[in-house]
Amino acid sequence: MEAVLPVLDSAVRLSVPLILAALAGLFSERSGIFDIGLEGKMLIAAFAAGAVAGVTASAWLGLAAAVVASVAFALVHGYASITQRGNQIVSGVAINFLASGLTAFLGQAWFSQGGRTPPVPAGGRFAEIELPGAEALRGVPLVGPVYAELISGHNLLVYLAVLAVPLSAWILYRTRFGLRLRAVGENPAAVDTAGISVAWLRYRAVMIAGIFCGFAGAYLAIAQSAGFIRDMTAGKGFIALAALIFAKWRPWPVLGACFLFGLLDAISIRLQGARLPIVGEVPVQAIQALPYLLTVVLLAGFIGRAVPPRAGGVPYVKEH
Amino acid sequence: MSADTRSSPPPAAGAAPRAVRIPPWAEYGLIPLVNVTAAFLVAGLVVLFIGESPLAAVKLLLWGALGFGEGIGFTLFYATNFIFTGLAVAVAFHAGLFNIGGEGQAYVGGLGVALVALALDRIAPWWVVFPAATAAAALFGAAWAFIPGWLQVRRGSHVVITTIMFNFIASAMMVWLLVDHLMPAGSMQPETRTFAASAALPKLGGLFALLGLDVGGAPVNLSLFLALACALFVYVLVWRTKLGYEIRTVGLNPAAAVYAGISITRIAVVSMMLSGALAGMMAVNPVLGDQQRLQIDFVGGAGFVGIAVALMGRGHPVGIVLSAILFGMLYQGGAELAFDMPAVSRDMIVVIQGLVILFAGALEHLFRPGIARLLALGSAALRRRAGAPGKAV
Repeated sequence: MEAVLPVLDSAVRLSVPLILAALAGLFSERSGIFDIGLEGKMLIAAFAAGAVAGVTASAWLGLAAAVVASVAFALVHGYASITQRGNQIVSGVAINFLASGLTAFLGQAWFSQGGRTPPVPAGGRFAEIELPGAEALRGVPLVGPVYAELISGHNLLVYLAVLAVPLSAWILYRTRFGLRLRAVGENPAAVDTAGISVAWLRYRAVMIAGIFCGFAGAYLAIAQSAGFIRDMTAGKGFIALAALIFAKWRPWPVLGACFLFGLLDAISIRLQGARLPIVGEVPVQAIQALPYLLTVVLLAGFIGRAVPPRAGGVPYVKEH
Repeated sequence: MSADTRSSPPPAAGAAPRAVRIPPWAEYGLIPLVNVTAAFLVAGLVVLFIGESPLAAVKLLLWGALGFGEGIGFTLFYATNFIFTGLAVAVAFHAGLFNIGGEGQAYVGGLGVALVALALDRIAPWWVVFPAATAAAALFGAAWAFIPGWLQVRRGSHVVITTIMFNFIASAMMVWLLVDHLMPAGSMQPETRTFAASAALPKLGGLFALLGLDVGGAPVNLSLFLALACALFVYVLVWRTKLGYEIRTVGLNPAAAVYAGISITRIAVVSMMLSGALAGMMAVNPVLGDQQRLQIDFVGGAGFVGIAVALMGRGHPVGIVLSAILFGMLYQGGAELAFDMPAVSRDMIVVIQGLVILFAGALEHLFRPGIARLLALGSAALRRRAGAPGKAV
């Protein structure tokens, strides 16, 4: 128990940005807009959060800046994909490079610390929250430590990320907006025939993706760490994309897939140089590559089948 | 089967037919020029935003890239990388496939170069090592691209996603190989031993000296000619052979290709392998031409620059060579610029790269209607002046 809990705890922390980014991709892709720019949006958000919270010492202002920056990038992607009917993959690639270049460039120009933002003072971070009764229950076997270590003691964004999953499921499957959103990703012509604007629906989906990526970036810069560093997303946007595919574009499985990938990450940190009973020393790189390998295998249909939204990636033209 | 071409139309090769018709010189010359200019204008605004002068920056950049012999040498050295990766992206584009995996394919290609060089460098001269290493690089790159290509046509998994995943897998695999297997005992650097000097590719310093240019210590080497030969090869292949015709047909209209009896499976796999081979050969330049050893992350983003280069060059080898030189200038000039104007760091290049991909790729139709209207106005005026209902442009 003592050995497992810290790993699970760090898995939770590592899976939070994946959950938020994967939910971002969920809304965008279910509406028919492919989004490989999750990485870039998260990165620009992390930079905005780190820079603003570092200067103002306010976590909330940092979060707001992150969301604004990320939504701005999302709107560029939306404009290129929806209004200009450009190639969504190319647009996503552009977003990723823009974010990677701009964050390093502006960071260096403004703060001259090799792309870092100034260290965020205490008030500029989302502090860990002690849930009521955590200390009192610690003595209770099994439940106590799990509650005190695993469930309690995270920052606000962790809890928000977990709550975002049922919220997303409710929006997608229980509201009129969600129904239309899913419809526009499968058959935009039918939605158009019903007199609903395809473009406006998709713009809203893309903006929601921007908001989620904003939270994910803020989590990286001002909750998990105390400041932005160069390329701090380090491929998390692509792992989130992998998790989204792994979850077959559904909210609850997104939570599971992200936790699985977060767990793999936590284990790979834990296993550095450790020897396992039967297999001997496992190369850390093998565990790091596992999420990508699993996604390739899944996409190839060797375990289950991942079918993307039918209209994904296709620009909608009103009259054919 | 179902080649999933719908979601990755070739943005470089013939865009979707549009209502307005404009002459080829505008389609292939003017519009790309306007798109790239827009990208650079926005980049200039970013420089202005941090309080530096964009004009001064451009001047420093141009001087750093072309102002002296060594600068030109480095510009061409970087351009060599980008010709390979740009061609790689373009060949796949022509078949309607977006290969984002050039980075990983080049990385794995480097493994091919290193294995051949480590085996032969002490027993064979460079002119034996060079072709063998090139073949190995092409083979390794092609093999790494084969899997995503095959998975797309046979298992329906999207080549964009698979190639992204394969970049990460390649990176993890290469770190593991270098750290656990290829690193010489007692070394602390995750890299192979240095190859024997006799295996090194000839530098082009002597050749440029004949032209009266002193490139100093610039590592521009024989690979430049290999890259140019590849550009010629791609031109002949895509526009002058049956295979190239089939590749373009599949890219433009897969349904028509099937109707014409072309196997989409074969074309997708062959073009991905060609693409991977071109990307893999990029490794020859830095590994055998410059560093003389295989290092971690030696590709350094050149695979991704290939995307911008291919889009800017509209998938044509001439355009690709020109855009590769432009990006070579940015890489070399950017380094000099960062030295003289510390506020403008080299990361500006990545911003420009992103803007070029955005304007020349995703927003390629942004200025099209406006230009078409201007051209129509212009030709109408010309006709009125000529006083005859002449041939429309």
